[in-house]
Amino acid sequence: MATTTTTVPSAGPVAGWRSFLSRLRQGDEIAQMITFLFAASVVLLTLLLVFVLWQGSILPRHKFGFNFFRTSVWDPIFDQFGALPFIYGTLVTSAVSLFVAVPLGIGAAIFLAELAPARVSDALEFFIDLLAAVPSVIYGVLGVFIVVPLMRSYIQPALQNTLGFFPLFKGPAYGIGFLTAGIVLAIMVIPYIISVSREVLLSVPRDQREAALSLGSTRWESTWKVVVPFARPGIFGSVFLALARALGETMAVTMVIGNTPTISASLFSPGYSIAAVIANELTEASSNLHYQSLIELGLALFLLTFILNGIARLLIVATSQRGRRTGHT
Amino acid sequence: MSPGLRWRKFVSGFMLTMTGVCALVSVSVLFLILGYLVYHGGTSISWNFFTKLPAPVGESGGGMANAIVGSGKLLLLATLFGVPVGFLGAIYLAEFSGGTTAFVVRYAADLLNGVPSIVIGMFAYSLAVLPFKHFSTLAGGFALGLMMIPITLRSTEEFLRSVPNALREASMALGASKWKTIASVIVPAAYRGILTAILLAFARVAGETAPLLFTALGNSFWSPGWNQPTASLPVMIFTYAIAPYDDWHRQAWAAGLVLLGLILVINIVARAILSRGIAVPRA
Repeated sequence: MATTTTTVPSAGPVAGWRSFLSRLRQGDEIAQMITFLFAASVVLLTLLLVFVLWQGSILPRHKFGFNFFRTSVWDPIFDQFGALPFIYGTLVTSAVSLFVAVPLGIGAAIFLAELAPARVSDALEFFIDLLAAVPSVIYGVLGVFIVVPLMRSYIQPALQNTLGFFPLFKGPAYGIGFLTAGIVLAIMVIPYIISVSREVLLSVPRDQREAALSLGSTRWESTWKVVVPFARPGIFGSVFLALARALGETMAVTMVIGNTPTISASLFSPGYSIAAVIANELTEASSNLHYQSLIELGLALFLLTFILNGIARLLIVATSQRGRRTGHT
Repeated sequence: MSPGLRWRKFVSGFMLTMTGVCALVSVSVLFLILGYLVYHGGTSISWNFFTKLPAPVGESGGGMANAIVGSGKLLLLATLFGVPVGFLGAIYLAEFSGGTTAFVVRYAADLLNGVPSIVIGMFAYSLAVLPFKHFSTLAGGFALGLMMIPITLRSTEEFLRSVPNALREASMALGASKWKTIASVIVPAAYRGILTAILLAFARVAGETAPLLFTALGNSFWSPGWNQPTASLPVMIFTYAIAPYDDWHRQAWAAGLVLLGLILVINIVARAILSRGIAVPRA
């Protein structure tokens, strides 16, 4: 025993060195090193991104503190920066988009997963994937030339006549504004909701449906009371994913929101969003404080989407694993 | 049939029809988009669009030749930067790394994938534009390449992992070293999937506008070399669509049609490549 313990440590490094050399000669160590460098560069770039955003927003953090997010004066001339109107615009447009997209998207996902024959479902899913690939600037063009005139001449007057007693639907119909931006965003995020929800619904084990049907429930009851609750976390995940996308969307929103920093109860009023103000002002920032305030807005946007994406991923993974666990193989 | 049951059956039929309507509405949006673009873009597209420079304000005619070339250059740079990093990183994740490193890299890639494109633009601006004090094609390519990395990395890794272990073992048993196994067995076995991943990443960044606003900026003329601001199709669409001139609107439609056509074709080709399956039977 004693002899082995004394010889092993001395033989170990030599043997290790030798096998290292032989592996090096075959190139394995080099291949591993090269690929490791590339993999590590992904981590470094991500860290650098966080560092640049953090380091770049020191001035406003020190000068305004948390008031940056609570005040609503955005005045580059007097170096006063309060981001509330942009945050308000981002949240309102995202809320409107979810209000439209969630029922439509989940309804469509239920149809694709539960009702449509597999062939039809796959074909439609193909079109929905294509829809998700349409670049946002194209949605912006359609928003400017189709949605805005439609809103101005038909939808906004109609809403005013029927629901005008709500403060939400008061004020002149410009066409551009929170409501229009929200609707364009809804069109953009629907494919995400459908695709992910469909996937999650399909992962619900078959015996759950059969059990409900055999107990005498109708097709809809088995879907709504058994399958959907089973898949609920994953469906929420798809909604969070859509929300993260809507919050960070730039081009389509910039083109239809009106780019006026206002906080108004009316959805018809023109507004502004975080991403839009960055797009419009970053290259023309008048002072260092102005520039850094925009970076701080970017940082806020980054953190928000980071958290939402994280929650979404957890929910989706949890649901599909639950389906795999419960389902018999 | 009792009235209760009849009511339940009615509700069931009604709600299921409604889900069908939802699906119909969502899918018909695609055809509306395509229809409008083909209609407006088709009437304003011409040979000049592909061969001429943009006309000065007030003059009609002109094209977007510089933007088409600019987009091509930006995408070439993006591919040269994003694909090697994503591809080799994925090989490390799938073939070499242990659990913890893989988790960290994957986490970073997912994080990068979720970053809004405007923030990517901001990052590229402060890294590749501010220090040099001028906008450039290189900066734009960097921003787009950065967006390609996570998409390429994650899907390539997935496809490499789907190659059956028996293939790896067979190759090693014949005495091949690990990197030889990877280069001549595993990557060829997964090449369809990897190609699809790269094509989809390419299509995704081809339409990105926000990161280019601060990096490649725009240009009404040709952009020689790699170190000057350049026009690109997405940014041209943006500036032309929000300008107040009818002639520019027509150009924006035409550019939109060209861009969307390119992206949809790449998407369809990518899916066609993949649907033929991975060339190896799964273990």
